[in-house]
Amino acid sequence: MSQYPRFLPVGDRALSIELGDSISVVTNRRVHGLSREIGRLGVRGVLDVVPTYRSLMVYYDPRSISYADLTSRLGEMEGSLGDGETVAPKLVEIPALYGGEYGPDIGDVAEHNGVSEAEVIEIHSGADYLVYMMGFLPGFPYLGGMSERIATPRLVTPRASIPTGSVAIAERQTGIYPVESPGGWRIIGRTPIGLFDPGREPPVEIEPGDYLRFVQVDESEYADVQSRIRAGTYSLVTRQMGGAR
Amino acid sequence: MRTIEVIKGGAFSTVQDMGRYGYQRYGVPVSGALDQFALRVGNLLVGNEEGDAGVETTFMGPTLKFHFSATIAITGGDLSPVLDGQRIPGWTTVSVPEGSTLSFKGPKDGIRSYVCVRGGIDVPIVMGSRSTFTRSQIGGFHGRALTTGDMVPVADPDSDTLQPAERSLASQDIPRYNRHHTLHVTMGPQDDAFTAAGIDTFLASTFTVTPMFDRMGYRLDGPVIQHKKGADIVSDGTSRGAVQVPGSGKPIVLLADCGTTGGYTKIATVISTDLPKIAQAQPEDTVAFRAVSLEEAHRALGEQEAVIASLRG
Repeated sequence: MSQYPRFLPVGDRALSIELGDSISVVTNRRVHGLSREIGRLGVRGVLDVVPTYRSLMVYYDPRSISYADLTSRLGEMEGSLGDGETVAPKLVEIPALYGGEYGPDIGDVAEHNGVSEAEVIEIHSGADYLVYMMGFLPGFPYLGGMSERIATPRLVTPRASIPTGSVAIAERQTGIYPVESPGGWRIIGRTPIGLFDPGREPPVEIEPGDYLRFVQVDESEYADVQSRIRAGTYSLVTRQMGGAR
Repeated sequence: MRTIEVIKGGAFSTVQDMGRYGYQRYGVPVSGALDQFALRVGNLLVGNEEGDAGVETTFMGPTLKFHFSATIAITGGDLSPVLDGQRIPGWTTVSVPEGSTLSFKGPKDGIRSYVCVRGGIDVPIVMGSRSTFTRSQIGGFHGRALTTGDMVPVADPDSDTLQPAERSLASQDIPRYNRHHTLHVTMGPQDDAFTAAGIDTFLASTFTVTPMFDRMGYRLDGPVIQHKKGADIVSDGTSRGAVQVPGSGKPIVLLADCGTTGGYTKIATVISTDLPKIAQAQPEDTVAFRAVSLEEAHRALGEQEAVIASLRG
């Protein structure tokens, strides 16, 4: 018998459902599958669901549903997920201007890994990245799938301010700063896409469980996307992905 | 216009309601009143919905001038509220004539009080809530703490609700915060990451509140809580009340503005009815943790809800 799903009370108003013990694409897809099922079917008393790498945090109102009823309902839903996805994940293209003033650390990343700047761009834009979860900052995606060939340690001294939209690398992770923030990640480029806007519903352009692909643009394409975003005429390039990867 | 003019912002005064749910998946913290019991009671005393927005004040309260004739209740910590020079009581409705000024002389018990105004503070709803998350400038009054010159709008009360009679919370139900706090916890979600000695240290020791405290959480000092292997876990969800123990072995109690996910072990979680105690704590206060079952936690919640229910209807 698998020890998963494993239910853990988190105080009197939340519980954690663990579906595995490590970071894996298979486990994470079940996490997002269950998260979507809870959203689709609705569960009385559930206030919020937070999908993470290998578990979900479920916030509930104990005045509306008991812990026992909630765990049994969620257990049934997890059991009926099956092996596949209930919904095929979405692939979102993120235009990125690499290097130059928008990517001041790209030279360090190239040097650290003994490759050229053009190779850094080719490797970084040549992979699809799974959004395992969001956290740290509103709209910040934890991405998986970056090649070790461009892995680079964080800056020894973090910058006081990293501009919104910066595409950056820290060790084997890559991410995008959705809002301006201090940070120690190596900045290799920037996207004009606004990942987080509190006035929009939903406030994000990408959802946990989606995949991202960075698409290199030049300065004039970057400016064009930026002006179309301002004019409200830009929409992200997205496509449904196929079956199991 | 039903507005409150901020003469002085005080140490840290923000608009808060019961928080922002449904957006933690995007990394947006819940926020909301740290002492939810106080906010709910204050709202019910003035005839509002219990989750309407009020002003959460911290330590040195603000100075507020009312440009309309208002009904208010001040709940939570006793920061010595004064209306036009006269000391006014907490946990009771107070009539405020147009042009009056509310100020605070300083903390006597607890450090956060709630100014609830009939009609509720009327800032825009952002992602389902009026709560302020200052770190990302989300919600509240322009995403920030109140400051001199702000004109804070108050909504019209529902016309079909009558002006409430002067009423108070029964004196036996008024919390006394004091300087030592016994926090009841349910163990976990990662209590299995600690040695038996570590669990014993956690439950048998007295910890001290350090100056590192804010709406995100309270860092405590005390004996080192021993992990089995280490403090790092695969990042998972973090909720208010979680007692996070990083590599230092010193606990941090997370509160309403905490991040939505985190990568440190959480030995236990403070039960919701005890969250006001830690929210009212200040540096050098002492804290002890006592484990309870989930059933006991839900029983405590039921008792608190009965107090709230007595104010409804």
